[in-house]
Amino acid sequence: MADRPEGSAAQGDNRPKLSLHVPEPKFRPGDTVDFSHIDVPAAGSTPRPDEACDPAEMRDLAFGLVRVLGDDDKAHGPWDPKLDPDTLRKMLGHMAMTRAFDERMFRGQRQGKTSFYMKCTGEEATSVSASMALAGDDMVFPSYRQQGILIQRGYPLIEMINQIYSNKGDKLKGRQLPIMYSSREHSFFTISGNLATQTPQAVGWAMASAMKGDSRIAATWVGEGSTAEGDFHSACTFATVYNAPVILNVINNQWAISSFSGFAGAERTTFAARALGYGLAGLRVDGNDALACYAAERWAANRARANAGPTLIEFFTYRAEGHSTSDDPSGYRSAQERSEWPLGDPVMRLKNHLIAIGEWDEERQEKMDLEAAEHVKKVTKEAEANGILGHGLHHPFRTMFEDVFEELPWHLREQADQAVHERQTKFPEGLPEA
Amino acid sequence: MSETETKELPAAEQQDERRLNMIEAINDALDVSMGRDDDVVVMGEDVGYFGGVFRCTAGLQEKYGKTRVFDTPINECGIIAVAVGMGAYGLRPVPEIQFADYIYPGLDQLISEAARLRYRSAGEYIAPLTVRSPFGGGIFGGQTHSQSPEAIFTHVSGLKTVIPATPYDAKGLLISCIEDNDPVIFFEPKRIYNGPFSGYYDKPVQPWKKFDASVVPEGYYKIPLGKARQVTEGEQLTILAYGTMVHVVEAVCREKGVEADILDLRTLVPLDIETIEASVERTGRCLIVHEATRTSGFGAELSALVTERCFYHLEAPVERVTGFDTPYPHSLEWAYFPGPIRIGEAIDKILKD
Repeated sequence: MADRPEGSAAQGDNRPKLSLHVPEPKFRPGDTVDFSHIDVPAAGSTPRPDEACDPAEMRDLAFGLVRVLGDDDKAHGPWDPKLDPDTLRKMLGHMAMTRAFDERMFRGQRQGKTSFYMKCTGEEATSVSASMALAGDDMVFPSYRQQGILIQRGYPLIEMINQIYSNKGDKLKGRQLPIMYSSREHSFFTISGNLATQTPQAVGWAMASAMKGDSRIAATWVGEGSTAEGDFHSACTFATVYNAPVILNVINNQWAISSFSGFAGAERTTFAARALGYGLAGLRVDGNDALACYAAERWAANRARANAGPTLIEFFTYRAEGHSTSDDPSGYRSAQERSEWPLGDPVMRLKNHLIAIGEWDEERQEKMDLEAAEHVKKVTKEAEANGILGHGLHHPFRTMFEDVFEELPWHLREQADQAVHERQTKFPEGLPEA
Repeated sequence: MSETETKELPAAEQQDERRLNMIEAINDALDVSMGRDDDVVVMGEDVGYFGGVFRCTAGLQEKYGKTRVFDTPINECGIIAVAVGMGAYGLRPVPEIQFADYIYPGLDQLISEAARLRYRSAGEYIAPLTVRSPFGGGIFGGQTHSQSPEAIFTHVSGLKTVIPATPYDAKGLLISCIEDNDPVIFFEPKRIYNGPFSGYYDKPVQPWKKFDASVVPEGYYKIPLGKARQVTEGEQLTILAYGTMVHVVEAVCREKGVEADILDLRTLVPLDIETIEASVERTGRCLIVHEATRTSGFGAELSALVTERCFYHLEAPVERVTGFDTPYPHSLEWAYFPGPIRIGEAIDKILKD
């Protein structure tokens, strides 16, 4: 125990000894999983407040769970977005495509075609459905697990794969780690590897849109673990101060690599409840319910468009796979968690809904999954013609020095010459064949 | 440099010696320090139950309990800030920042707070923390898992910066850092966690166990801060390096048959200027090699010091070999990395003059 200031007597002795609380997840590898402590309200039981309401009037929604799809696979209650079957099938298609893409790219990394990959398995609805609820030109500031947005917005898969392979077709010139996409054409901000940095940037973009009297809003995605970063506090503060037309989507997938959500504060309150202290509208949503995800995002978008203020949405979901190809979750969590997750799988639930309303069947689902897998396979082959990581088919060495600044200063020109010279020294006959 | 600390044993005597890679040596240093001093605490993202994404803290939580080894929120500012607060109480925190690339949110707490507590309170409060963080490239980590930001920290008065290049050194230096009463940045070259990388990326990497520097004695030993390690002795030129680049430089000299006085600096601040001066005065030529970007890199400081102090002994201009002044690229990682060609040409140039 550290010394007290000299001459001072202990003044707080009439108490139990202080003790440090360190959060601990309920289940570790090998444990039997029981999620009965998670409160899952019935679908349709949560009221839907007016989009322009005072955040204080919807306080309970930060602690509840907006759900639309019930155990009967039907849509229930005031949050049912009442989407037509074609839109629902599109939503299902984007989610299935996202999953097929993840499968293929994960395998590609294991086959040594690239250095790294991150799947979003189990979280597809939180990007695909949310993105569908926005306008195509609303600006998104994603984290690294929102490939569903790009797929929903029609970004060509080959561009994604070129980026993942860091090959000569990569529009980002092989500079970024795989999956750190960027597409200005799709109003998709360049992904950073640093956590939560995008959240206050989204607020700034939204402020700019408001300054200019634009019609576009901004939305950002961040993991629950990353809400611990100071940047997220900056985002909430600026969003509320300027009533910015922005949506802060928190993807609570329970795990940040090996750290469970308790290390971001989940033992004490919900992530949606972060909104209350800032005076933001806060919604907590079943992230595996594609209709609830759509409805909540649309509610927040309408609110922002009406100058009624920003919204913080917690999507309560589960990271069904590892953090990335560099991670092995069997070392820190029970494998049973995935199968026991009380909110099911978002793709299955939407599929079952479509079947339940007579707009889909297993045969069509099978056909769609097969076509998605075949399509991804075909495009992967096309992308491989542009090269895979480390096999020589990359951008010219000189491109490494471009875009550091708008114009190349003298020292980078010298260094670019040096890099080209080194390549010629190493490969006097030209680069080896891939 | 103390002879007894770095003397390598003849191969025959090493059969029974315990050999560790750098990860195991770091883990051992933490274990030894925690065993000796209850005030040493370890914290960071994923360091507790999981034992760290690079496994440097594996087994420590089980051994020392959750109040001494624990996971933290993903908030590097907070990790360093609470370490400052714990240090003010009297603990010796050893926070881990998962990648050096993620240390920047903690800069205000490091630069304005940890580095100045002693100064601004005239010694009433100190910040005896050791911030461990893997740094450097060569693992296809792209721009957010590859950086070498050491010069940002060496530029700050009040911070010490330490970078080991071998398992033996990693253990002895880390124990010294933990016992040091000033804040220390301990950068671990992750490219050489498992084996000394030669820079010839298309050749297989040898594990540490095949090298003498992996002989890591059990228990407590220290390597003093501020003392460089003589890697090889030679009369042709002096080469100053640290971390991964020590091994690259050594391999290049071997390949070229150059007899260089290679100094592994080990501590950038405070720097072992005496050893550097003595070497340059003898060889008359000096090459500085680091992986970090060139402009305002630590090589600039070294070059200025050598020029100021050894000018009349120099037979050729001091040369620097560094990474380029760009973010660390993904696909062109090996074009960026200051490898054998860049180093070899610089050696040729210095020796020709």
